[in-house]
Amino acid sequence: MASKNWNILGTPLVGENPITLQILGICSALAVTTSLDTALVMTIAVTCVLAVSGAAVSLIRNQLPYSVRIIVQITIIASLVIIVDLVLKAYLFEIGKRLSIFVGLIVTNCIVLGRADGFAMRNNVGASILDGIGNGLGYGLILMTVGVIREFFGRGSLFGTQILIPTSQGGGFEPLHIMLLPPSAFFIIACIIWFIRRRRPEQIEKPEFQIRVKAPRTQAGGEG
Amino acid sequence: MSGLFDIFMRSVFVENLALSFFLGMCTFLAVSKRVETAFGVGLAMTAVQTVTVPVNNLIYLNLLAPGALAWAGLEYIDLSCLSLIVFIGVIAAMVQVLEMTLEFHLPKLHRALGIFLPLITVNCAILGGSLFMVERSYTFVESIVYGFGTGIGWMLAIVMLAAIRERLKYSDIPKGMEGLGITFVVAGLMSLGFMGFAGVG
Repeated sequence: MASKNWNILGTPLVGENPITLQILGICSALAVTTSLDTALVMTIAVTCVLAVSGAAVSLIRNQLPYSVRIIVQITIIASLVIIVDLVLKAYLFEIGKRLSIFVGLIVTNCIVLGRADGFAMRNNVGASILDGIGNGLGYGLILMTVGVIREFFGRGSLFGTQILIPTSQGGGFEPLHIMLLPPSAFFIIACIIWFIRRRRPEQIEKPEFQIRVKAPRTQAGGEG
Repeated sequence: MSGLFDIFMRSVFVENLALSFFLGMCTFLAVSKRVETAFGVGLAMTAVQTVTVPVNNLIYLNLLAPGALAWAGLEYIDLSCLSLIVFIGVIAAMVQVLEMTLEFHLPKLHRALGIFLPLITVNCAILGGSLFMVERSYTFVESIVYGFGTGIGWMLAIVMLAAIRERLKYSDIPKGMEGLGITFVVAGLMSLGFMGFAGVG
């Protein structure tokens, strides 16, 4: 029993990571990772919403008519997100402001709805909470990795503490401004996916069709 | 008038929802394998966005915003904390209405778009459009233009990505990078290209 619980908690970290394998919840992963503190707050917010919504959906799963399940799940998630939003506004106003609309967008974060519909509808409360936390951590792992790379190379700091001194202040570090711009997040996540799939080739999706080669190709052509 | 045109151009190019705010990424990456399907989902997205943003704008300005209930003598009530739950409800309802309308009046278009419409309910670009509309306090007319512009911009992005991905089948991609990995790189390069529009304004 214990090992089963560990499995529920552990597989979403790398084995079935919501971002790199399930292609869920990418929007916020890319947008909030310019600095570590926003990434951390976002991770905590998403993990809380995932765990609580999993528990709530799992509690009512036997009473819930199948045809209206999506709208009920969305209502539960939206209410939780409103609570998170209000808590952020009350205690972490500055960070909440920087996250701007992305806190609200947890409602349409596909991880939350995907886990509520795919897992919590079929499992008991305890397992659903664990699954929620596991997926939240898997999401957070990618978010924090991207956040560390972007903040460290983009500003030379971690959690707002200056580690490398930029040239503008007399140091020897030239900040890479591209890291703070949107495209860098795409490249970093692409590299993370590349890294994971080199280690675990079974995650590579099968091509939909094979291109047939009529005549045997010469080695000289193609590769440039 | 030039203000409206400005909003339109900004929402299509400079502030493209998919490529500079990363909204609607799940759909953007998942249904961009073929140009026809990408075009279909883009059209559906434009239709839903053009309807929901103005409707949410009306609801927000007349019912939810701080002091909006002044016409009922309740100017001290602030319901803006409910906007998330109301917006998502409006979006779900609008998608349903749009689906039924299309089914009755344009069955051919409905067959083409049908499967994408429910998918769009939980697309973050739709909700994001409405939330940006609130954050930037657009008026009703501006919100129509903004909704239409963001829809077109998103369609442009997904059709372009699909066209590139179709050609990618013929390329020699490093092992482990095929599929999702290379799609991210392509999207990143497109995003880099769209940043060039930032200087046009």
